[in-house]
Amino acid sequence: MKGLLRPVLVIVWKDILLELRSRDLVVSVLVFGLLVVVVFNFALNNAPGRAEQLAPGILWSAFAFSAILAMNRAFVRDQEQGGLEGLLISPVSRDAIFLGKALTSLIFMLLIEAALLPVYAVMLDFSALTFTLVLTIFLGTLGFAVVGTLFSAMAVQTRSREIMLPVLFFPVVLPVIIAAVEASTRAVGGETFVGLGRWLPLIGVFDALFLVICPWVFAYVMEE
Amino acid sequence: MASTQSIQNPGGLGSFPSIKTALAVITGVMMLVDLYLIFMVAPTDSVLGHVQRVFYFHVPVAIMSFLAFFVVFLGSLMYLIKRTPKWDAIAHASAEVGVVFVTLALITGIIWARPVWNTWWTWEPRLTTTLILWLIYVAYLMVRSYAPNQSKGAVYAAVMGIVGFVDVPIVYYSVVWWRSIHPSPVVGPFAQADALDGTMALVLLYSFITFLFFFAYMVMERIELRNTEEALGRMRFTLRRSGR
Repeated sequence: MKGLLRPVLVIVWKDILLELRSRDLVVSVLVFGLLVVVVFNFALNNAPGRAEQLAPGILWSAFAFSAILAMNRAFVRDQEQGGLEGLLISPVSRDAIFLGKALTSLIFMLLIEAALLPVYAVMLDFSALTFTLVLTIFLGTLGFAVVGTLFSAMAVQTRSREIMLPVLFFPVVLPVIIAAVEASTRAVGGETFVGLGRWLPLIGVFDALFLVICPWVFAYVMEE
Repeated sequence: MASTQSIQNPGGLGSFPSIKTALAVITGVMMLVDLYLIFMVAPTDSVLGHVQRVFYFHVPVAIMSFLAFFVVFLGSLMYLIKRTPKWDAIAHASAEVGVVFVTLALITGIIWARPVWNTWWTWEPRLTTTLILWLIYVAYLMVRSYAPNQSKGAVYAAVMGIVGFVDVPIVYYSVVWWRSIHPSPVVGPFAQADALDGTMALVLLYSFITFLFFFAYMVMERIELRNTEEALGRMRFTLRRSGR
């Protein structure tokens, strides 16, 4: 376990350092996240009084599309500068590379969501700072990051990679989106942890299952 | 003759023309008999009328597509473990046939739903799951053909074949729970499944067997086509290298 933790943290720090120096990912995804809310506000005709009903759907549409944008970039920098070969040559297990990449994406997306959530709460008029909503967002984003990292590693090497990632990603994470919207609807409605029912365990099962499967198949995706 | 065949299919599944021809003949005859049974022998449904007959096509095709995706899962798993092209060929062929079958299941379902449910489409759990299945295996075929080379395509497809299949139960439960909370305006569409009369059940069973043969035949045909494609690719490569 100790041998795994250090390389994971080194990979995470490498990507955070790159982001701190370029600042192209977090800022652009933030702006995109705001645009999504504006578009959905008109597309769904968000009249006064309907906001609480529409908010969870808009929230997760924005998070899912932002996740796609962020995940699309996850391996691009490595691919362009030849850093991916460096990673693969270095004496680090494939599990460490996967976990490092997934953890980086999780951190970036949680940061983006933390910045967007208060803005959404004001614009869509719902109370954001409940334990249940924050937990739902964390579990849902974890699922996005795990599955998204695997598919991002595949998509980056295909032709027309920007299209390939959503085509692979959305059908598989659909249960997370369904469960997250249902859980968020209840959380925004003031339900307690118990009141969220089986939706949180469903996301939990999804996360646990793919945390086991994805690192295993990732090793095959990254071979050579 | 035997030596030329082994050159054409190194590491492939080999050629099985006799089994394939036999399967083609059996499937063809069974299909014709099936058509006779469906339209002449099976009784007309007292409530739904003639449109109910689409079920002898729709249900076997849908079940066969699930079987196909299970074969894709097994083939993908074996390919990642053993790395022999034969498993990839099985998974690939099965996925293509499965996508065709699931497309047919969706189309026949839509044709049936319009007169019976009075709507083309409803977000009922089985329909929704089938649609998501279709999306997953279309992505499977896409990632294979968009990959930088064939061996990478095989690995990426195998990954999607495993991840997608494992995902299906979660998809199913999520849409069932989602629906049970927003009850559908369409009620009792599957209630008449219990009211299936004896002759109907027999015709349905016969259709199942027919489509099982059809599925096996299509998969074999697709594997042979792939072997031919690969042989052609090798010939091209050799020709180009010899500079002619």
